[in-house]
Amino acid sequence: MKDLFVLGIESSCDETAASVVLNGHKVLSNVISSQIDIHTLYGGVVPEIASRKHMERIDRVVKKALADAGMSADDIDVIAVTYGPGLVGALLVGVSYAKSYAWAYDKPLVGVHHIEGHICANYIEHEDLKPPFLSLVVSGGHTHLVNVADYGKYEILGRTRDDAAGEAFDKVARVIGLGYPGGPKIDKVSYDGDPTAYAFPRAKISENEYDFSFSGLKSAVLNELNALQMKGLSYVQADVAASFQQAVVDVLVTHSMAAIDEYKPECFAIAGGVASNTHLRKAMEEACAQKGVRFCMPSPIYCTDNAAMIAVAGYHEYIAGNTSGWDLNAVPALKLGQR
Amino acid sequence: MILGIDSSSLTASVAILDEGNDLVIAEYTVNTGKTHSQTLLPMIDEIFRLTGTVKKDIAAIAVAAGPGSFTGLRIGGATAKGIAGALMIPVIPVPTVEGLAYNCYGYSEIICPVMDARREQTYTGIYEFVKNEGDAPVSDDKDMSEAGAYTYTMKSIMDQCATDIGLLADRLNELGRDTVILGDGVPVFREILDKKLKIAHTYAPAGINRQSAVSIARLGARYMSEGKAVSAADFAPEYLRQSQAERETGISADGHEGQEA
Repeated sequence: MKDLFVLGIESSCDETAASVVLNGHKVLSNVISSQIDIHTLYGGVVPEIASRKHMERIDRVVKKALADAGMSADDIDVIAVTYGPGLVGALLVGVSYAKSYAWAYDKPLVGVHHIEGHICANYIEHEDLKPPFLSLVVSGGHTHLVNVADYGKYEILGRTRDDAAGEAFDKVARVIGLGYPGGPKIDKVSYDGDPTAYAFPRAKISENEYDFSFSGLKSAVLNELNALQMKGLSYVQADVAASFQQAVVDVLVTHSMAAIDEYKPECFAIAGGVASNTHLRKAMEEACAQKGVRFCMPSPIYCTDNAAMIAVAGYHEYIAGNTSGWDLNAVPALKLGQR
Repeated sequence: MILGIDSSSLTASVAILDEGNDLVIAEYTVNTGKTHSQTLLPMIDEIFRLTGTVKKDIAAIAVAAGPGSFTGLRIGGATAKGIAGALMIPVIPVPTVEGLAYNCYGYSEIICPVMDARREQTYTGIYEFVKNEGDAPVSDDKDMSEAGAYTYTMKSIMDQCATDIGLLADRLNELGRDTVILGDGVPVFREILDKKLKIAHTYAPAGINRQSAVSIARLGARYMSEGKAVSAADFAPEYLRQSQAERETGISADGHEGQEA
């Protein structure tokens, strides 16, 4: 097959990103312009500001991705863009830009599902990875346990009923004074804490054993801290962080292993921003080794929101014959597997 | 040729202007309020295909740069950026209210566009067209002299801003001149304007009372000749309003360039 160069564009939350990927796995450039320093001022992502910053940056980010890859836009075969789920104003910038860029060059356009992108990030460094496999996608906005039946074919086994795992990290980090973004900060400080200091709950959902719930855990942390305060007692930040994190990791691992027992996949892959949590990576790796299942995870740079993963997903959608029209719209609540 | 785009409000409008020949090659405007994200690029595609216009013949993209609906400005702005970025041509930001006023080119009255800015506010401005008596073309052939020909320049009496409709009425009364009012704010504010205005005024009719990509392209051509075009990378809409988070915290999001990984 002829070489296929895909330009990926991602703007679903607070990273403006563009990337050129060859044949669905060779990353030629991966530009991510983060807005984290701005949203830190407000204690979390502000959708309107995110949208405006995407607008200011998108053209430079795309141009840099092409330059880093040593390519001109004429060399690009396909343009892939995240069209959901995400913040509608943020998505619209990427979608509108990608559409008109593709139109101006007469290139095919492929709308990509953001979570599909996260899962596909695993193909970048694991060239031999092929469906079917099971995947856990954990990020600030998503917690999904997915059966990847084939390229572009996904069966959601479980999802969060309330907060996403990453959201819980952010909220707890704020309460214990670590600030935003919570994930990396809790990860780091937990090395100095005792994960058994507090017995926080591991929620089980009776209707679907693969579903998650993190709001109870978050409340338990708050209640514990309030109770200590009432008694005039102080707490060790690292102990709370480590205990909270252990509860999240335990639930993610337990659910994943239950799914592995039922579906008996050859491989299990994690993805999404929280997949760069070092404690989660280690725990999943060990648990998969015990089951004799191959474990895949992307490097942290491909776990965070990036456009290389969108280019990879776009590659597979394009190969499968799925292209989008000039009327492609942003779909903030897009479901996985829906086109 | 200049591609004009205005999706700043419920109107979606695109046009191809041959500015050298002062000719509109094509225009396409819909006022049904359909999702611009789904309609704008198909509309552009349609006028190019129907007229056989070659994309590479477009010299610049004039876009309604705000104020307007934040979503509408983003769709129009990112569309302009994508095409301009790909074709490596400049973007000409045209203030939305000025574009609206340009619909009334050559009127002797003063022009006051009013856009519905919600919360009893309007995005507005006040403009007048001034004759350029001195710019009659000089011809070598005296018999063909066009000494009587003139053009107009649009001058701003009040630059575009977000303001209270009552304050706008006060300002128009102060000016005391006959006024043409237009824009999607008319159905919203007409009653209150009729009550408060003590000056002779009229409301522009259908065809010129909403945003027009032709006006954006024509005014854009003028601004480009004045050196006001920017690169696709540098273009950013003029929202005229901060985000709610910035208003509430008093912290501006400007001046943060972020980091690249």
